[in-house]
Amino acid sequence: MGYIKGLKCRECGREYPVEPIYVCEFCFGPLEVAYDYKGIAGAMNRKTIEKREKNLWRYRELLPIDGEPQVGLNSGFTPLVRADNLAKVLGVDALYVKDDTVVHPTLSFKDRVVSVALTKAKEFGFDTVACASTGNLAHSVSAHGARSGFKRFIFIPASLEPSKIIASLVYEPHLVAVDGNYDDVNRLCSEIANKYPWAFVNINVRPFYAEGSKTLGFEVVEQLGWKAPDNVVVPCASGSLLTKVWKSFREFRDIGIIKQLDTKVFAAQATGCSPITAAVKQNTDVIRPVKPDTIAKSLAIGNPADGFYASEVVKKTGGYAEDVSDLEIIDAIKLLARTEGIFAETAGGVTLASARKLIESGRIKRDEVTVICITGNGLKTQEALHGHTPAPYHIKPNLASFEEVLKGINQGL
Amino acid sequence: MPVKVRIPTPLQRLTQGKEEVEGVPGKVIDLVSDLDKKFPGIGERISEKGKIRRFVNIYVNDEDIRFLDAEETVVKDGDEVSIVPAIAGGGTSGREDTFKTREER
Repeated sequence: MGYIKGLKCRECGREYPVEPIYVCEFCFGPLEVAYDYKGIAGAMNRKTIEKREKNLWRYRELLPIDGEPQVGLNSGFTPLVRADNLAKVLGVDALYVKDDTVVHPTLSFKDRVVSVALTKAKEFGFDTVACASTGNLAHSVSAHGARSGFKRFIFIPASLEPSKIIASLVYEPHLVAVDGNYDDVNRLCSEIANKYPWAFVNINVRPFYAEGSKTLGFEVVEQLGWKAPDNVVVPCASGSLLTKVWKSFREFRDIGIIKQLDTKVFAAQATGCSPITAAVKQNTDVIRPVKPDTIAKSLAIGNPADGFYASEVVKKTGGYAEDVSDLEIIDAIKLLARTEGIFAETAGGVTLASARKLIESGRIKRDEVTVICITGNGLKTQEALHGHTPAPYHIKPNLASFEEVLKGINQGL
Repeated sequence: MPVKVRIPTPLQRLTQGKEEVEGVPGKVIDLVSDLDKKFPGIGERISEKGKIRRFVNIYVNDEDIRFLDAEETVVKDGDEVSIVPAIAGGGTSGREDTFKTREER
């Protein structure tokens, strides 16, 4: 029932069988899943999709599995919120928030990619899954892996904040705290992935894992009434999500689910880690690596693997890229919460603040339909807001004390 | 002292198993052409039409040549050149073999 033809190198086009491999032996380019789109076009249309459960597997023909979905049967299909309050503040006609602060079960878009990676890991016969992560990915692999019966090895830098460690540990994976920074952890994991027969979700099953991101884009199109938006703003770490959102729109067009596709794709980064937006702004295809320094830690990849492809999509679609300071990130988190009641993690602040700049500079037109992708929940990065929120009113437990405060509030104090 | 060139494991088949070979001083891209004469086939794995392949990183004395003059970066006698396949994904820095060559320096 699957529609995968094989794996193909994005750089040189060499073909490989469907295996847990991720890099071209010849030119070291990334491998990508190749599908039988003809077969998919015959098997899937708006009606078949609409009849299915509201989870990310409703687009299963366009996902790289051979059998039945096995992981993440409650993941995906998050709200596309029409953000009229926010639109008013930003001065645009039609603004939507794709709200992945509420993906089941760990509240970030990583639950999408991990659902696909772990289903594929089952198909390959792995009994152990692993990842290197400082946050969202660790939580998702820990949780999805618990429910689907995998042994789990999660590698983190030992200096990680206690709240993030607990949010993984509660699912009882083997959590390994490594003396070193995130790059050290990643390098160690590359060694381990070579030696042990485990499914490292973002290493040897990455070609399959990354495909899960397309479901965000499929949902946006369906939720807009089977239309692609005029503009979409996507946060970039490795750049993979941005390329996959674009791929999802393209695939829907190619198999005839939508007729028209004129979407402009916009990249958002923190100024403290902006190799992709820098390449777009300087109009070069060279991604110059940087040493990250930003509160948006979930986006802090200084040498983004898909950076070239992400900047290519941005340029090809007529989009642009913008980056924002830590203070702008915090302001945007608060703006989204204040106007739409959505508490985003720092990456969400990056996306909204960048969108705001793109609107102000005229890169995003005010009369067009714009979707901003909010990819993780603010409860995970609360420390970023310390000192940036108002203090609570402190009162004695009596009515007089409360009414004194209320008087102040009514007087606008 | 010639230029020292560190070869990653996936390319050592072309260098008769040697982890380190000698290169000629001059521009990086010319050094690659020269290597291809000594070890036929290695050139097209590293470069394409005079450009270093996108997923191959080259370091001269620990500095990524993208921070220097890219393919035009000039190496001199005694310099160390490392060829390291970029890992495709996750922001990681290299496979076991590749990062070993970097750590040993």
